[in-house]
Amino acid sequence: MPKTYYDPADLRKFGKITEWSEELGNKFFDYYSKVFEEGALTAREKSLIALAVAHTEQCPYCIDAYTKDGLQRGVTKEEMMEAIHVGAAIKSGATLVHGVQMMNKVNKLDG
Amino acid sequence: MQKLKTQSLHKQESELAVANKQLEILSTGIFKSGELPTFKNKISETGQFPLQAKKLEILQINVGYMCNQVCEHCHVDAGPDRKEIMTQETMQQILDVIKTTGAHTLDLTGGAPEMNPNFRWFVKEASKIGVKDFIVRSNLTIIRANKKYHDLPEFFKKHNIHVVSSMPHWTRGKTDKQRGEGVFDMSIKALQELNAVGYGIPGSDLKLDLVYNPSGAFLPGDQMSMEKDFKKALLEDFSIQFHNLFAITNLPIARFLDYLIASENYEDYMYSLVEAYNPTAVQNVMCTNTLSVSWDGYLFDCDFNQMLELPVNSKSKHISEYKTELLEGRNIIISQHCYGCTAGAGSSCQGSVA
Ligand code: SF4
Ligand code: SF4
Repeated sequence: MPKTYYDPADLRKFGKITEWSEELGNKFFDYYSKVFEEGALTAREKSLIALAVAHTEQCPYCIDAYTKDGLQRGVTKEEMMEAIHVGAAIKSGATLVHGVQMMNKVNKLDG
Repeated sequence: MQKLKTQSLHKQESELAVANKQLEILSTGIFKSGELPTFKNKISETGQFPLQAKKLEILQINVGYMCNQVCEHCHVDAGPDRKEIMTQETMQQILDVIKTTGAHTLDLTGGAPEMNPNFRWFVKEASKIGVKDFIVRSNLTIIRANKKYHDLPEFFKKHNIHVVSSMPHWTRGKTDKQRGEGVFDMSIKALQELNAVGYGIPGSDLKLDLVYNPSGAFLPGDQMSMEKDFKKALLEDFSIQFHNLFAITNLPIARFLDYLIASENYEDYMYSLVEAYNPTAVQNVMCTNTLSVSWDGYLFDCDFNQMLELPVNSKSKHISEYKTELLEGRNIIISQHCYGCTAGAGSSCQGSVA
């Protein structure tokens, strides 16, 4: 067996984090499941947001989980890819907007 | 993407065509090692073992395994190459039984039931008996497959048939992936024809329901939200209307089991089913009020057990020797495939059960 930091089977064990800190673990999972309930946003919309964030966070567990969750909700692959582009656009935008800070600094030091 | 099959597992002489092989897979590996509990142990936790048949409400007749399609997920392993077809003699025996049982629903399935040469005769005779709900599970494409089937919408209407049809998604790609190239367009056309004679229109007595089952190794989402999405998309894109959507879980048997193993999804899928286990759904699994009759007249707890060749645990084993008192209260034969009926909101031929 090759050793890697991530094992897909570990996702199934996520619930076990509660064993070493019961109160906090339970509070987290209560919060988590409440967040994903149908509210002002539909569960489907939340699933797509989660998928986009899973990518910007680059969490392989979350990517697996919310790809499957999306399929279960009838989300199409085109919708999934668009959601990821939203995440990617914000990520790159957030990088580039800091370019202004760099410009400000250049102008101050060397303007 | 998986390549679509054009032959049944039986025709390919695949080892998974053998029911015992499927049962062996379902009872060994993660279930033998104790990594996952067996279905028996799981339902025992809540005192629900043994599952027992209650009063018969639904008689489901499989009139043959022949089908014009070879869908990837088919639990029947149906296809054009399957030759098992119910005879008129067996149909007559069934008609005799329907008259005596209190079953309110008669549910014809297959294969494509319309391909049985005695299908129309059977429908005519059975509709005279006057069961409350007379279902035909039509795969839609059969209506367009050949000229001789073009009048099926009118025929269904004449006999007040409740049409239940499969539709894995409202988009072409996902539908064709599961059911075959061109199936989506043909299904859309067939649905429009059913609508044209009055099927599926809000308030119409001509009932048209759709069955949604996932196109891959994942469970169905919430039935109500899926129904909303399907209705919106089919109406906007194709002006199609229907009554209800039944979300059905794919059970890990026959071609779906083959697909799970080939795509290395088997263990994950079984985990998903077990994780989604819902004890409330157990009370309403369909075998508790349904009896399934095979093409050759044998009796089974459900269509899945029929395919796994697990006959009813009763002295009354064939429709010709049907006895209510011997069948009511019988213990249901279970294995790990049953997890498919108890996941999430549960699953039956009528959709969610919990
Ligand atoms: S799923 Fe239905 S339509 Fe598809 S091959 Fe099986 S019986 Fe035929
Ligand atoms: S697979 Fe058949 S026997 Fe098992 S729970 Fe479902 S309906 Fe009952």
